[in-house]
Amino acid sequence: MTGPTESAPHDGASSAPADPDRRPTLAVWKFASCDGCQLSLLDCEDELLSLADAVNIAHFTEMSRATVSGPYDVSLVEGSITTPADARRIKQIRESSRRLVTIGACATAGGIQGLRNFAASGEYARTVYAHPEYITSLDTSTAIAEHVDVDFELHGCPIDRLQLLEVITATLAGRRPVIAGHSVCQECKGRGTVCLLVSQGIACLGPVTRTGCGALCPTVGRGCFGCFGPAETTNTPSLAAQLRRQGMAPVEMSRLFRTFNASAPAFLEESVAQGGSLPVARGVAVHPDGPEEDS
Amino acid sequence: MTHGSHPPRVIGVEGLSRVEGEGSLRVEVHDGTVIDVALEIFEPPRYFEALLVGRHFTEAPDITARICGICPVAYQMSACAAMEDACGVTVDERVNRLRRLLYCGEWIQSHALHIYLLHAPDFLGCADAVELAQLDRGAVERGLQIKRTGNLVMETVGGRAVHPVNVRVGGFYRAPDPASVTALIEPLRRARDAALATVEWVAGFDFPDVTGDYRFVALRDGGRYAIEGGRPASSEGLDVSPVEFADLVVEEHVARSTALHARLGGHDPYLTGPLARYALNVGGLSPLAAEAAVRAGLGPVCTNPFRSIVVRAVELVFACEEALSLAESYEPPDPPAAAVTPRPGVGTGVTEAPRGLLFHQYEIDGSGTIRWARIVPPTSQNQLTIEADLRRVAQGALELGDDELQWRCEQSVRNHDPCISCAAHFLDVTVVPS
Ligand code: SF4
Ligand code: SF4
Repeated sequence: MTGPTESAPHDGASSAPADPDRRPTLAVWKFASCDGCQLSLLDCEDELLSLADAVNIAHFTEMSRATVSGPYDVSLVEGSITTPADARRIKQIRESSRRLVTIGACATAGGIQGLRNFAASGEYARTVYAHPEYITSLDTSTAIAEHVDVDFELHGCPIDRLQLLEVITATLAGRRPVIAGHSVCQECKGRGTVCLLVSQGIACLGPVTRTGCGALCPTVGRGCFGCFGPAETTNTPSLAAQLRRQGMAPVEMSRLFRTFNASAPAFLEESVAQGGSLPVARGVAVHPDGPEEDS
Repeated sequence: MTHGSHPPRVIGVEGLSRVEGEGSLRVEVHDGTVIDVALEIFEPPRYFEALLVGRHFTEAPDITARICGICPVAYQMSACAAMEDACGVTVDERVNRLRRLLYCGEWIQSHALHIYLLHAPDFLGCADAVELAQLDRGAVERGLQIKRTGNLVMETVGGRAVHPVNVRVGGFYRAPDPASVTALIEPLRRARDAALATVEWVAGFDFPDVTGDYRFVALRDGGRYAIEGGRPASSEGLDVSPVEFADLVVEEHVARSTALHARLGGHDPYLTGPLARYALNVGGLSPLAAEAAVRAGLGPVCTNPFRSIVVRAVELVFACEEALSLAESYEPPDPPAAAVTPRPGVGTGVTEAPRGLLFHQYEIDGSGTIRWARIVPPTSQNQLTIEADLRRVAQGALELGDDELQWRCEQSVRNHDPCISCAAHFLDVTVVPS
């Protein structure tokens, strides 16, 4: 993994912070999410203090009382859009950010809370609240890129912290982050992990899921459940056919494709092909590129 | 500051910082008396109880983990306990010990995060840990070292630190190999020593003189310090089974406060978390943790909410010692998980998340499909008590200027390490326009 930034001191303890005025500014924003992706930044225990020397962490509510007003050089955005107020807030953040990077499945695909996109209007609020009339939220949970332009999307539920460091480093340096787009399956082959799907008939989304985790689940003998979302090129129908031959029922398959990245186009199409309900697009389009474009 | 008859003095913090999730606080003072306080939540709801309906019972640990990235293991453990209860399965003692080890990892990382990055800066007048590092880089580095060790335990046992992948209903997908668990021993020893230094460090902070009037609720687990199971108990003599407890907790959905409020038996507010656990489990502390508590001047019960940072540090020592002893005596469970066959019924699971008691209840059918779900996180149980604290703290600090009073109020909320992301899956998002 690359170090924090080219200008970042690697041994923080022995070097003074850079001239505060010249440091680039970094802001971290939260929408509907679990905080796990922004926690990945605080989980960079070895790099956190030197990163804070090299960049001015100008807005990061989970970490600091202090906040510096924009514009910001880089904004990291966690979470999905689920309320009218948040749909407005993301536009303001876009305007005050030179580069905007979305982090995690919530921000890039609507997250697990995006399952509401497949339910009848108001059904979820009625299930959870005694007084659904007190609730102001959209019927949909949508990715940030459906509302504003996004410079880079980092996938995962949660994201990998080393990939996050690479994205911050690259974005500050004005280059494209080096993040692989191939599948978990290829990663397993590279590591010599015995294929669970072929050798044990375990359901695994590894062939269609983006790498980045280091093929964690197959390493513990568990099928991949797709938390990094679809790989750059996927053939979900062929995987579905194989799972079908191994005896998996369509309803189980639909559930398998429909978790943290349920609204990512490749997974959405396959879950619908397996008989999952269609997304109900109201207010905000469920996915402009998805099969249910016309609302 | 003067606070004569008009107009009212209002302290408001729009985006409460150094808490997990999005909330605000508001304190209103009239004629020298605090007349209204509110901890408001504007984190959007994510409807977990609704989206779980129709899912398979084996999916609950991974799905509910996504309620909170800071305490995913707590969600996984309560979900597993509830599903195993529904299916009438008891897991092997070795599985239980491995769960306790994983859970200790989460306590270590979460408590180190709260003490060093979220809470200590308040006591030292710093906006955040970066500013604190300019005063005392060694302290922050010590905190990060402890936190890293907690994450290492979670990675070794769970596969990763945020949303571990190795947990399943019944146990684990694979038991970690003994060498990798043995490799935790050295870092855990260092973390334990750093945790002892943490207790000394925080015990030297200045604490406002505040005494809370708390009804404590925590698990009790046959004399050992409760983590991954036990019976709900209170400082007033309650001692019930998890399912009886779930029946006692009544949540109301009220408009003004924007939150569901939990009360015991429908009327009594209560407090869960480190202060409660300590009061009800103090005899179960490990030797070094018990000694550290005495040296830090904690009695058998601590009712000053600002000193919760000391209690958290004592729990940090305990979690390191406990993890150490579990790692030293580790025997891989074989098989790593009990077979769990679904049967129709209701199951309840309750465990001690770093922030307090977390219970899950599910009804499943014979095919293992979830029919309904109920999840009650610590922050919703604590909310009424956090507001009562805010009133007490603000009332006793009215002589402070607005900025200082605001900071003191924020600190009063952070004393309880609220996790708004957790609470929000069932909280209202209507923000009262000012
Ligand atoms: S993508 Fe997953 S880990 Fe990240 S914020 Fe959303 S739920 Fe949490
Ligand atoms: S193997 Fe798949 S489900 Fe498991 S962590 Fe990696 S991407 Fe996520």
